[in-house]
Amino acid sequence: MRDVAILGVGMTKFGELWDRSFRELGIEAGFQALVDAKLSSKDLGALYLGNMASGSLIEQEHIAPLLVDYAGLSGHHLPAIRVEAGGASGAVALHQGYLAVASGAYDFVVVGGAEKLTDVPDVTANRITGATADQEWESVFGATLPGLWALMARRHMYDFGTTREQLAQVPVHMHEMGSRNPNAHYRNKITLEQVLSAGPVAEPLGVFDCAPLSDGAAAVVLGPLDRARKFTDTPVQIRASVVTSDTMALHHRTSFTRLDSTIVAAKRAFAQARRRLTDVNVAEIHDAYSISALLALEDIGFSEKGAAGRELAEGKFALGGTPTVNSSGGLKAQGRPFGAVGVAQAVEIVRQLRGEAKERQVSGAQLGLAHDVGGTGATSVVHLFERAN
Amino acid sequence: MSIARFWRETPRRYNLGGSRCLNCTNVYFPPRAVCPSCTAHRQSLGKMEPFQLSGEGEVISYTIVHDPAEGFEMQVPYALALVRTPEGPVLTGQVVDISPEEVRIGLTVRATFRKLREEGKAGVIHYGYKFTPSQAAPSPDRRGAVAESVAEPTATGNAAT
Repeated sequence: MRDVAILGVGMTKFGELWDRSFRELGIEAGFQALVDAKLSSKDLGALYLGNMASGSLIEQEHIAPLLVDYAGLSGHHLPAIRVEAGGASGAVALHQGYLAVASGAYDFVVVGGAEKLTDVPDVTANRITGATADQEWESVFGATLPGLWALMARRHMYDFGTTREQLAQVPVHMHEMGSRNPNAHYRNKITLEQVLSAGPVAEPLGVFDCAPLSDGAAAVVLGPLDRARKFTDTPVQIRASVVTSDTMALHHRTSFTRLDSTIVAAKRAFAQARRRLTDVNVAEIHDAYSISALLALEDIGFSEKGAAGRELAEGKFALGGTPTVNSSGGLKAQGRPFGAVGVAQAVEIVRQLRGEAKERQVSGAQLGLAHDVGGTGATSVVHLFERAN
Repeated sequence: MSIARFWRETPRRYNLGGSRCLNCTNVYFPPRAVCPSCTAHRQSLGKMEPFQLSGEGEVISYTIVHDPAEGFEMQVPYALALVRTPEGPVLTGQVVDISPEEVRIGLTVRATFRKLREEGKAGVIHYGYKFTPSQAAPSPDRRGAVAESVAEPTATGNAAT
């Protein structure tokens, strides 16, 4: 297997982008990444596209060749492959692109992620995103995606004494970070009182404990590390790329206060990279709901079991923290265009490792981690990225 | 959802019909064709027998849903719970015939046959299980009523090795 580097990155603004179509978003992110990599499109070997539910959301399947076509590249007859893994679709697409380059099958590939959520009413979008849980044995009985995460939150509070206020610190943290990110869906800072007084969604989670429905796209260009210097002075190596799975339904797990798929993914990733948890300077974690972030911090190992709520509230993961968590603003503030999320996490880590993150830059960032989850943890993905010296 | 898609699950949704592995005696709900607990999965093929759950259970976590799933708009706010049965499986379902605010971890419940939702005025009516309290609600400080302590997985895989 060859070492793989990220040569270029791009992303659109995330948000309710009423005036922009799925095609426009995908193409903008893709071309940004190609221009950033200084790669001619004739050198591309393949496109991998992470997308959760275009068939339901924009009534369009077969979207990978569609984006290649509207990028003006149909004449190259590239392999154009869509990847779906619920909210982790983008992260799994990155894994596929990594494998393609590492194996030598292709030299240069674009990995994109794109989702258009605001072309359907919110209630429909909620139904579609809820389909990443078990339709037959959860949704039919009244379970929603935030409802299932709320079940984890309640049990975490019961077992470990996590408080409602500690949960509420998660979106406060994310909005603080998002305020420094020009691409973020939300750039406003919020207070603990605002989170606590917002309407309930699924108790104990309220409106501010849930990431928004966003439109957006992100893309990266991958290539072999030993050829990366031809394209960029600051290649970022993918040191580990791990995808894991678990039971579809939450109720079939052995524990409701952790995601085993994440625990295993993180352990395998650090073993693959031969790096330690304490080497990580910047991390982008899955914070779709406040409890998601706390579980991720504990499952990856940044916090002891049960301590994430307290440690996040104390500022351990603020800018310059150990590590800095979700400098982009995360899913909560940067936004949650489902299939684009995993790729956007990679974009943020690359910008941090290159020293291009401007007012949210973590100085000297060398090693970065990205963690994404599909559904309630039936898929987890962990990537480790390192600045190549 | 098509009629057939719901109809084919009625033995499970109406009567809590699960399955048991003759190899390891573990019980599953909904029924499975392959036992995830047996070391070599193929040992269980053809050895999964039907098994009837009692319908008894205990709430091990709960939420009050305010932003409902489609078709549940008329029921908000409703309590949704994880219910551990004495036979082993955990089920997701609503807890009814009790104020949502009174649902607690440790509450003992019993499955009951109820209407789940309607697909509009002319559509299919879905039936299945919900849970009702089988005793007075326990005091809120009944911590540790259900042991949930289990070993974490290793990097090489899960417990089924």
